[in-house]
Amino acid sequence: MSPTPVSLETRDLTINFGGHVAVNAVSCVFRPGELTVIVGPNGAGKTTYFNLISGQLTPTSGTIVKAGRDITRISPSARARAGMGRAFQLTNLFPKLSVLENIRLAVQAQKGMGPRFFRAASSFRELERRAEEHLAAARLQSVAHLPASALPHGDQRKLEVALLLAMEPDIFMFDEPTAGMSVDEAPAILDLVAEIKKDTSKTILLVEHKMDVVRALADRIIVLHNGQLVADGAPEAVMGLPIVREIYLGVPAESAA
Amino acid sequence: MTDLVSNPPVSRISLGRLIVWGLAAAIGLALLFAPFLFTDVRSQQVAARICVFIVLAASYDLLIGYTGIVSFAHTMFFGLGAYGAAMALKGMGASWAALALGGAGGIIAAIVLAFLIGVLSLRVKAIFFAMVTLAAASVMMVLASQFSGLTGGEDGIVYTTPDLFKPATKLLVDADGKVLKLFGVSMNGKIAAYYFVFLISLFLFWLLLRIVRSPLGTVLEAIRENEMRAEALGYRVVAYRTAVFIIAAVIAALAGIVWAVWLKYTGPDTVLSFDIMIDILLMVVIGGMGTMYGAVIGVALMSLAQYYLKDIMEVAASATANVPLLPHMLDPDRWLLWLGILFILLVYFFPAGIAGTLMKKGGQQ
Repeated sequence: MSPTPVSLETRDLTINFGGHVAVNAVSCVFRPGELTVIVGPNGAGKTTYFNLISGQLTPTSGTIVKAGRDITRISPSARARAGMGRAFQLTNLFPKLSVLENIRLAVQAQKGMGPRFFRAASSFRELERRAEEHLAAARLQSVAHLPASALPHGDQRKLEVALLLAMEPDIFMFDEPTAGMSVDEAPAILDLVAEIKKDTSKTILLVEHKMDVVRALADRIIVLHNGQLVADGAPEAVMGLPIVREIYLGVPAESAA
Repeated sequence: MTDLVSNPPVSRISLGRLIVWGLAAAIGLALLFAPFLFTDVRSQQVAARICVFIVLAASYDLLIGYTGIVSFAHTMFFGLGAYGAAMALKGMGASWAALALGGAGGIIAAIVLAFLIGVLSLRVKAIFFAMVTLAAASVMMVLASQFSGLTGGEDGIVYTTPDLFKPATKLLVDADGKVLKLFGVSMNGKIAAYYFVFLISLFLFWLLLRIVRSPLGTVLEAIRENEMRAEALGYRVVAYRTAVFIIAAVIAALAGIVWAVWLKYTGPDTVLSFDIMIDILLMVVIGGMGTMYGAVIGVALMSLAQYYLKDIMEVAASATANVPLLPHMLDPDRWLLWLGILFILLVYFFPAGIAGTLMKKGGQQ
């Protein structure tokens, strides 16, 4: 097997909130073309781990390396410009701006056209065209001109994911993308994730509570428990481990046999 | 899946928007023809003040309404422009070169100060930033009063402006070499001064509209709406905030220069005082934050009220002289009371400001 390049790595990543170690020495390597699902019970440190990687939190110790570059200390916006995109667990939009404006902001951030406000209208049209494409991909055309706050929850989740897609990052981080969605709505989001997965240059990290939802998509599962990495491997192998069945599925080890 | 296809696409032009545009256009036209419509000196003073303050309030709206930056230093930048122009016109004589040099000095000072305040304190919480700007503005007022050799202290500076703006200047002459009258109005330097104020104000307001309509404007709104997400999308929030603070400062300084040229006098009461700062804040809030057109409506309404409410009350008081109690209520000395009541009613019926509330109605539900 030829070694695939590493796109993202965390080394002994640790954060200590005044005595409570939320993420404890997590070392993990992520590669392009791989969709890793991060699972664990509530309070296991999944979202904190994500916040460390995308820069909303600064680790107490340990390092984060993206494609050979140490990004441990750079700002969230610099990480975004370096190709790391993140969708949030709690919907995190620009409520008063329209759906299209929300998406255009994500396109614009990535294209770096922000401050050049006297640019020719034609380059704005290019921005608008790309925003429309992402709007269509997320099937949000019919609500393009509504303020984001006016959307029903399911569509807000779609918009949240659409913003991440519009950033066109090379590392995608989804934090419970289907949170609060009905069984009917969730597949629409997962289709978007599956679409990204077709491009093997992309690295995908996905936090998910409901394992059954993403089992079909996962290439690999890592399990966090009390801030520590307790299992890492192919989905079937990981889900079969007694410790995982016990802590994650709540099945006592003996009865699982 | 929620079906939203049945929702019709929202028309972006609502009745409320049309009313706001109509009001703004009416104010714009009244200002354009002000010297012909209102020929007395006081009316022209009001018209010029409305022009300058529209720019001042609109540039403040760029900060508070669009980006969510609360600053109390806006009059400081206004004053820097005005004092720059005033000191140069006083010291170097009434030439265009002096005006340009003094104005440029004021603008550069505004840029430097805005940059320093921005980079040093725009990372902290909004309330601390507001305090820093309050402190800076207070220091500037003390400096203006202490360096009286340069600034004239509390008395301010009186000076003359370039010859073009002198009342004796003949802008257009008739066959006899006398000042030409158009619709009964002499084409003299006073007209030139008014249109100098009007055209520069119009240009600056257009520039501000252009900024808020551009992709940059959307980024500013995004920062106001959700700073953390803007950062997560890759926007350098502090850099954008600093940039917009500098842009607003430069526009305020330009408004100050124009005001200094119009008044031929610059002092703490005309450009630096906190009363002006409060006026700007009220104008933006009453007009509607984050709308730009709100600044036009708010400034026009407040300026008219400040200048004419007393007159109206005098007329009303004498008209009701025979009615008990009413003439006392309408005594011109109580004009501030009525102004206060007017503000309370406006805020009550237009919680998002006049333009803000109207534009929301009948538009996006």
